[in-house]
Amino acid sequence: MSEVTFSKDELERYSRHLIIPEFNIEGQRKLKAAKVLVVGTGGLGSPMLLYLAAAGVGTIGIIDFDVVDDSNLQRQVLYSVDDVGVPKVEAAKKRIQALNPHINIVVHETMLTSQNALDIVKDYDVVADGTDNFPTRYLVNDACVLLGKTNVYASIFRFEGQVSVFNYTDKEGNVGPNYRDLFPSPPPPGLVPSCAEGGVIGVLPGIVGSLQANEVIKVITGVGEPLSGRLFIFDALSFITRTLKIYRDEENPLNGKNPTITELIDYQQFCGIPQKSEEKNVKEITVKELANMVKNNVDFQLIDVREPYEYDIANIKGELIPLAQVEESYNKINSDKQVVVHCRSGKRSADAIELLEKKYGFKNLYNLKGGILAWADEIDNSLPKY
Amino acid sequence: MEVNILAFGIAREIMGKQNLVLEIPNQSTVKELLEIIEMQFPKLKDLASMTIAINEEYVKEEREIKAMDEIAIIPPVSGG
Repeated sequence: MSEVTFSKDELERYSRHLIIPEFNIEGQRKLKAAKVLVVGTGGLGSPMLLYLAAAGVGTIGIIDFDVVDDSNLQRQVLYSVDDVGVPKVEAAKKRIQALNPHINIVVHETMLTSQNALDIVKDYDVVADGTDNFPTRYLVNDACVLLGKTNVYASIFRFEGQVSVFNYTDKEGNVGPNYRDLFPSPPPPGLVPSCAEGGVIGVLPGIVGSLQANEVIKVITGVGEPLSGRLFIFDALSFITRTLKIYRDEENPLNGKNPTITELIDYQQFCGIPQKSEEKNVKEITVKELANMVKNNVDFQLIDVREPYEYDIANIKGELIPLAQVEESYNKINSDKQVVVHCRSGKRSADAIELLEKKYGFKNLYNLKGGILAWADEIDNSLPKY
Repeated sequence: MEVNILAFGIAREIMGKQNLVLEIPNQSTVKELLEIIEMQFPKLKDLASMTIAINEEYVKEEREIKAMDEIAIIPPVSGG
């Protein structure tokens, strides 16, 4: 490591690290020599990128395919108003390069897929997973295990966070547990909401992503005890924390006794996400067609299957019957005229229609394609999107 | 015997509360406890995998439960 050198500017910048006895210039050299891939530049990626850049990680890879949206700014502190509409990787790079000009930033403006994951991940020493969906969680995990990389993991939901260090090889050469030891199979699609579907308190990713950044730094420098073989859980609502001991499972299909997964698989399929051809077969109506029906005073019923708190944010004057109450309220739904059912994006309303058709024989139900979001995009710009 | 259940994530949403004190037969295993909880909250069955920890340690389904154990139910979360 002695070949890694620092300029006067760098020595001054990192002085608060250099004077920690167990960290010192050796820790700083390891940071500068390290290559870290941050997967996802959202709530967790924001504090991670800021702190890893500030700390002086020599090469930081950023991967994301999305653009900055107004609804990101409540928690994704990496971005400002001017970045809205800009690709996240581009805005992120600009921000962290301004914070630390001494580091090298590599941008991957793409979705991480089974096709490109091994090729991208292989160039890095440590991966930090801040993605927002189950298929990518399993993909990142499997790619790291197949390539022997440490996966610093964190995940959030509403007021709760989880942190762990997966697939970590300790000084004795023992490899710690990975995501599949903890959660061998994914929950069925739709049961565990993402931040976009279920919401998240804005400070939470700041706390959890900062813990994740700290674990990345510990893994790289070898300072302290990384959170390998342990799962940290934080509930910000009641301020409950637990640090669970976790173990490797010999049934793990990746690196258990009899490995059955030797290459990356189709993670959408693994997580039960319907492929295009398997999508719900319900009748659809576009927002333009609905707008015409309203204009021409067509006699129809509009049902909104969202929750009351969503109705308060934005509504198009549908009758509110939340999805969970659709069954008990089926007699409120007309069977003798056209009924349009909508939700936020069109997913829950399709579920409602499928249920009503199968169980109660409705034949007059139409799903509003794209939901109230499409209405806000195409018909009424004054309607807030959430 | 009485045991304390601590639910996280979507399990807490399904159960409607974070803490639950449950009376279960002596020498029940984790599997038997889960069956009792799932009878009360059938939707929990849909979660294909949940991590169960007793006194802050990951356990398998055949583990026997002792009185006053704290049993944490930890479903996966995916947000980022």
